[in-house]
Amino acid sequence: MMQDIFTLIRKEWKEVVFQRSGGRQSWISMLILVGLIGIYLPYINGAAWLQDPTALLDWAWVPLFMTIGLVADAFAGERERHTLETLLATRLSDTSILLGKIASSVLYAWGIAFACSLLGVITINVVFPSAGLQFYNPGMFFGGLAAVLLIAIFISSIGVFVSLKAATVRQAYQKLSLSIMAIWFIPFILIQTFPDKVQSFFASVAPILDAKPPLIIGGLFGVLIVADGIMLLLAKKRFQRTRLILE
Amino acid sequence: MTSKNTSISTHDLHCQFGEVRAVDGITFEVQTDTLFGFLGPNGAGKTTTIRLLLGLLEASSGSAEVLGFDTRTQADQIRLNCGALLEQTGLYERLSAEDNLDLFGRIWHIPATERAERIRSLLEKMGLYDRRKEMVNTWSRGMKQKLAVVRTLMHNPKLVFLDEPTDGLDPVAAASLRDDLVDLARQHGVTVFLTTHNLAEAEKICDQVAVINKGKLLTVGSPDDLRLRKSAHTLIVVGRGFSESVVTDLRAMPDVEAVELQDRHLVVHFKRETDSGNLVQFLAGKGVMIDEVRKGKASLEEAFLALLEEQA
Repeated sequence: MMQDIFTLIRKEWKEVVFQRSGGRQSWISMLILVGLIGIYLPYINGAAWLQDPTALLDWAWVPLFMTIGLVADAFAGERERHTLETLLATRLSDTSILLGKIASSVLYAWGIAFACSLLGVITINVVFPSAGLQFYNPGMFFGGLAAVLLIAIFISSIGVFVSLKAATVRQAYQKLSLSIMAIWFIPFILIQTFPDKVQSFFASVAPILDAKPPLIIGGLFGVLIVADGIMLLLAKKRFQRTRLILE
Repeated sequence: MTSKNTSISTHDLHCQFGEVRAVDGITFEVQTDTLFGFLGPNGAGKTTTIRLLLGLLEASSGSAEVLGFDTRTQADQIRLNCGALLEQTGLYERLSAEDNLDLFGRIWHIPATERAERIRSLLEKMGLYDRRKEMVNTWSRGMKQKLAVVRTLMHNPKLVFLDEPTDGLDPVAAASLRDDLVDLARQHGVTVFLTTHNLAEAEKICDQVAVINKGKLLTVGSPDDLRLRKSAHTLIVVGRGFSESVVTDLRAMPDVEAVELQDRHLVVHFKRETDSGNLVQFLAGKGVMIDEVRKGKASLEEAFLALLEEQA
């Protein structure tokens, strides 16, 4: 199965990065993002960038930017370009196709985030040189990469879920954008609707959590892992050859 | 259970979408190493049948086996051993021809050296090797169709499904693809299941044909069988002395459907298969000088249309 997944990843990257329509556009947006997070932000923040946990938030944008376009195309694009049925008629299993599609966008986003982080190190060491090599706080570095991975899996799974049913790439892109906006804003709106007792409970817990960042980070990671699992299962459930052929 | 010599076997296969019976109880067999034509007008159920046989759709009832594998429970084995060119070419247009074939070679786990050799030999046979590095979207429709056929053969399948492979091609491109298709199928010992509504094409290349309309299978046999079945009802009489009164008398006979007088030929269409002796006796009695009596030669198209009329 791994071989099949890699075959699909290879095909997706080859098609999207180098040759699919808008390939030049995707290169430009990728270079802008890498330039912004790998060069500009470290440059204006100075050596503190390598130790600043808020840099993690900047990294978190990478999967959002990089996967959304790629993953919206996953199945809707195949359908639009009339290649989906041929792909489904191959020996590839459902799981290989699904995971191949998700993995291609996850690894794409994660790879760019990794490149951004290394570029940040180079920028800091070149622009703000010191006696030895300056590098990230290891916890922040590995935590950041893990966070990017989990966010990328989450967005890719939602993207594939949406793309499976969308008739066109444009429709998938719009639905995916709306879904991500909804996921971002709905919790804030919901909290406003909670009874006063619940809100005051949150208010009393907040200072305790603020004092223990690892607890918050661990909790967020836990939530992301569960969310990733749920979205992967939902995408797997929606992936049915018969439905894909008839829709 | 299919025998060693049978590649496809269906039994009372049904597929229904809501009220529409796309495939309505079809039963047929396709022998190994044959070119089998599945004929029918648009919307007859040809593509649905292919999808059922590949396990891409689930039958409402009935059963089908492809290469000895059950379409319901062993669809992955069927897809492993078959190649398919479906309604669309399914080519990745922003990839080169070579990359398209390489992708499908990788999907079927063909080792790198063998893959490269196979791509070379198949593209050379089709006359496309020199253009292998070009993006497929720069190619003509005929070239794309050829490439799509090549793709189905990349992994040496035992059986290939080709859904209207020459549809939309100009006559020259269609003839060229048809010739290549026959050559490849014969050379590689592949069983071909070909759907088409081009009857001349089926007549030229198919060993066996089946006719489907409105989801129902109307007949299965060789193109010659089908033509003969239609021709069996027609007799052509060559001679002299065919008067209008003879024609009128013939038309009045209960078994006669139609009579045409053409120069020195009398074409008599019967409602069912008939003995030429009775006709000869009748005409001789009317003073007709008979030189020759032979069965009519219907084209596959005439036979096909007759079948559709019968069904209607």
